[in-house]
Amino acid sequence: MHETVVAESILKTILENARQTGAKPVSAIISCGQFNVLNDEVMSFAFETAAAGTFCEGMTLTVKHIPMRATCKQCKTTFEFDIYHPVCKQCESGEFDFEPDAPLLLEEIEFEENE
Amino acid sequence: MKVSLNQKILSRNEECAQKNKAFFVEHGVLCLNFISSPGSGKTTTIARTIRDLKDKLKIGVIEGDIKTDTDAQKIRAAGADAIQIETRGACHLSAEQVYNAIKALDAETKDVVIIENVGNLVCPSAFDLGENSRVVMLSVPEGDDKPVKYPGTFAGAEVVLINKIDLMEHIEFNLERVLADIRVVNPNAKIFQVSAATGEGLDQWYEWLLKRAGRSDD
Ligand SMILES: Nc1nc2c(ncn2[C@@H]2O[C@H](COP(=O)(O)OP(=O)(O)O)[C@@H](O)[C@H]2O)c(=O)[nH]1
Ligand SMILES: [Mg+2]
Ligand SMILES: [Zn+2]
Repeated sequence: MHETVVAESILKTILENARQTGAKPVSAIISCGQFNVLNDEVMSFAFETAAAGTFCEGMTLTVKHIPMRATCKQCKTTFEFDIYHPVCKQCESGEFDFEPDAPLLLEEIEFEENE
Repeated sequence: MKVSLNQKILSRNEECAQKNKAFFVEHGVLCLNFISSPGSGKTTTIARTIRDLKDKLKIGVIEGDIKTDTDAQKIRAAGADAIQIETRGACHLSAEQVYNAIKALDAETKDVVIIENVGNLVCPSAFDLGENSRVVMLSVPEGDDKPVKYPGTFAGAEVVLINKIDLMEHIEFNLERVLADIRVVNPNAKIFQVSAATGEGLDQWYEWLLKRAGRSDD
C-alpha cells in the first residue's frame, strides 16, 4: 500500500533533520485528510519496517486525521462533512462546496533533549 | 525538543508531476489517468476505444501493473503503442515512472496518452501523475457501495465510467444510489454507463473523449 512510500519519504526527512540537529528523534506527527487517507496500523508497521536499523529505530509515529469540511450554499455554515449523512449541520441542505482536503503533512518531529 | 515542519510528504512526486503536466501542455497532448479496482475493465475499455477511434485519435498507452506485460500486449494488438511499467509490488504509479514512460512512448507524437494505473481504487488517487484528467471506473459486479467507501477517489474524477452494465440484470446493483453517492462528493463528474463487452453506451464516452482532445467535428 502507499503507506510504504509515505514511510520512506518521512524517514528520509527525519534523518536529514536528525543530522542537522545531532539529536536522536523520538517521535513524529503526520497528518492526512479524508480523501488521502492513511491506515493507522499499516502506517505504523510500514514506518517501523523502514526505520529498522536506522537512527530512527524505535520512534513512535502518530497519524492525525483531519476531517473533511464543507460550506453550505444556502446558509454559508462551514461544517464537518459526514459521507453517511451528507447534509448541512445547520439547515440540512444538501447543496454545499467542499473545502480543500488536508494534504499529507509531516507536522512535527520531537528529538531527545541533549544535556 | 520539538521541531515543527509542516512539510508536504509526497512533494517529490508532486514536483515530477508538474514536469509531466508541463510536457503535456507544451505538446498539446491529452493525458488521462485511468483508476479502478483490478478487473473492472480498464484494459478492455482502452483497447476497444483504440479500435473504435483509430481513424480519429492517435492514442498511446502507459500500462501500470504489479507484474507481467499482458495488458500492454493487448493494447498493441489493438493497434496502439504501449509501454509497460512493472511496479513490482507497489500499488500505484508514480510521476517519475510516468516521466520515463513518456520518453519511451514518444508521447509528443500522440493526441491522447492513456495511463492505466495499477488496479486499486485507493492508493493511486494520492499520486498526481501530471495528467490532465482522471477517469475512474467502477464495474457492476463490484457492488454499489464503492463511492461511499472511497469518496476521495470519486471526488477527483472528471469522468466516471460505470462498466459492465450488461450484467446489471443478473446482479443486484442500485444504480440510483451509485449516481447519488458520486454526486455528493463530485457534482460535476461526467458519468457514463457503458459495457466494454457489448459496446453499449460507449458513444457518449467517445464523444467526450474526442471533444476533450480537441478532435470533435463540431
Ligand atoms: N460482462 C462484461 N465483462 C467485461 C466488460 N468489460 C470487461 N469485462 C471482462 O472483465 C475482465 C477484466 O477486464 P480487464 O479489462 O482486464 O480489467 P482491468 O483489470 O480493469 O484492466 C475480463 O475478463 C473482461 O473480459 C463488460 O463490459 N462486461
Ligand atoms: Mg488491466
Ligand atoms: Zn446550511
